[in-house]
Amino acid sequence: MKMLINVPETVVADALRGMAAAHPELTVDVENRVIVRRDAPVAGKVALISGGGSGHEPLHGGFVGPGMLSAACPGEVFTSPVPDQMVRAAAAVDSGAGVLFIVKNYTGDVLNFDMAAELAEDEGIQVAKVLVNDDVAVTDSLYTAGRRGTGATLFVEKIAGAAAEEGQPLERVEAIARQVNENSRSFGVALSACTTPAKGSPTFDLPAGELELGVGIHGEPGRERRAMMTSREIADFSVHAILDDMSPRNPVLVLVNGMGATPLLELYGFNAEVQRVLTDRGVAVARTLVGNYVTSLDMAGASVTLCQVDEELLRLWDAPVKTPGLRWGV
Amino acid sequence: MLDADFFRRWMTATAASVDREAERLTALDSPIGDADHGSNLQRGFTAVAATLEKEAPDTPGAVLTLAGRQLISTVGGASGPLYGTLLRRTGKALGDAGEVGEEQLAEALRAGVEAVMTLGGAAPGDKTMIDTLVPAVDALGTGFAAARTAAEQGALATTPLQARKGRASYLGERSIGHQDPGATSAALLIAALAEAAGE
Repeated sequence: MKMLINVPETVVADALRGMAAAHPELTVDVENRVIVRRDAPVAGKVALISGGGSGHEPLHGGFVGPGMLSAACPGEVFTSPVPDQMVRAAAAVDSGAGVLFIVKNYTGDVLNFDMAAELAEDEGIQVAKVLVNDDVAVTDSLYTAGRRGTGATLFVEKIAGAAAEEGQPLERVEAIARQVNENSRSFGVALSACTTPAKGSPTFDLPAGELELGVGIHGEPGRERRAMMTSREIADFSVHAILDDMSPRNPVLVLVNGMGATPLLELYGFNAEVQRVLTDRGVAVARTLVGNYVTSLDMAGASVTLCQVDEELLRLWDAPVKTPGLRWGV
Repeated sequence: MLDADFFRRWMTATAASVDREAERLTALDSPIGDADHGSNLQRGFTAVAATLEKEAPDTPGAVLTLAGRQLISTVGGASGPLYGTLLRRTGKALGDAGEVGEEQLAEALRAGVEAVMTLGGAAPGDKTMIDTLVPAVDALGTGFAAARTAAEQGALATTPLQARKGRASYLGERSIGHQDPGATSAALLIAALAEAAGE
């Protein structure tokens, strides 16, 4: 496998150095792996902190900036960050109004953020946490680790970020983040496996001519493996999987997300099919976002996320945002 | 009696063993996880060995507490907090005695394993490191070699199980037939304990 890297050990640090050079509006602490908006701490503003394994770019570092995250903590590739990073980030961005940890439901992320919350509270920082668990492909029961956090993370970070930017208090920003998560559902498919730099070969075996339905953002499998389907069939399967779980009465935000190696030509075509299924099912679409936002290194494939919104959530979604990965209204 | 030096040898032996087996752990993690268990633990235990070389705590409890804190600060993922908690809580349970007996160690390790079960929410049979650690602690009463054998058998016994915790749980029935990487690395930790005891 050919990769544009030096050695696997420095992949994350090298990327952070490059990110710092491209985005002087961010403060990038390469050694401690914390990305902070340069004007933090913003007086009176609740700070949003997220993080997770690297390899999902632009998530999360690419979503740091006015209107979204205050700081992000990238871990090793596909490995959650360590508590020291979150505590350092919290100290850098807390203005006294408290911090909200946005945590995707993966065992490692949950455990490390839990430990970080305890440590940050010991330092006198008020911490609230919201867990993102939008992936309908996972059977959610007492006997699994629960639904994964995937595409809805972007909706939670953007909408709660806008609420924080307006100066809303921590309890309110947390409540909005929860509301977004509860109203979001996702489903992903993989057309190829991805390759982590440390391993250098595909992390799972997906034969040519087959696809994996219900895949997570590390390529970890979900529901089943089938013979390759058309874009139309994949859209039918994915959107129905979501609508079987949620019947939106309000309009929805749509995220058609690329996993890293699927070109926009295919993603736009897939979006056309997604919109067709939604129209057929009588679901009104308020806004649509198409692109690579929550990726899995070089995996081919896509995920669909729907978020049911009321007027307030839609207003917050439309609010200005200025980050490397998401930018409008400014 | 076991002194601080014994516990440093245990940690150093674990670091060496994880270093040797890193590729195998990652290979086991590939079909049911995300192919980083070996490299993550290698990073953590290398840091533990380096820290213990720089700082030489003079009680068994302090050696393990320091090692646990180092793992939490360097590993990430689920294995950082889980292994970190195991060693920290075992260390805390040993208190500040300068030397401890084998029975005391078995008791402390049991407290550490219980803390891991509380943190991760896993029980025996869920296809995790618990399937190695619980039988190992039970066997520790009859000696280090028995604990190593029990740990190795516990790790092997995860193969036919369906994962219910951690990333492998997303595979459902497809996790059956793969040995659990966490149970495997936990067996390395217990084997290193026997090695430190010269068994």
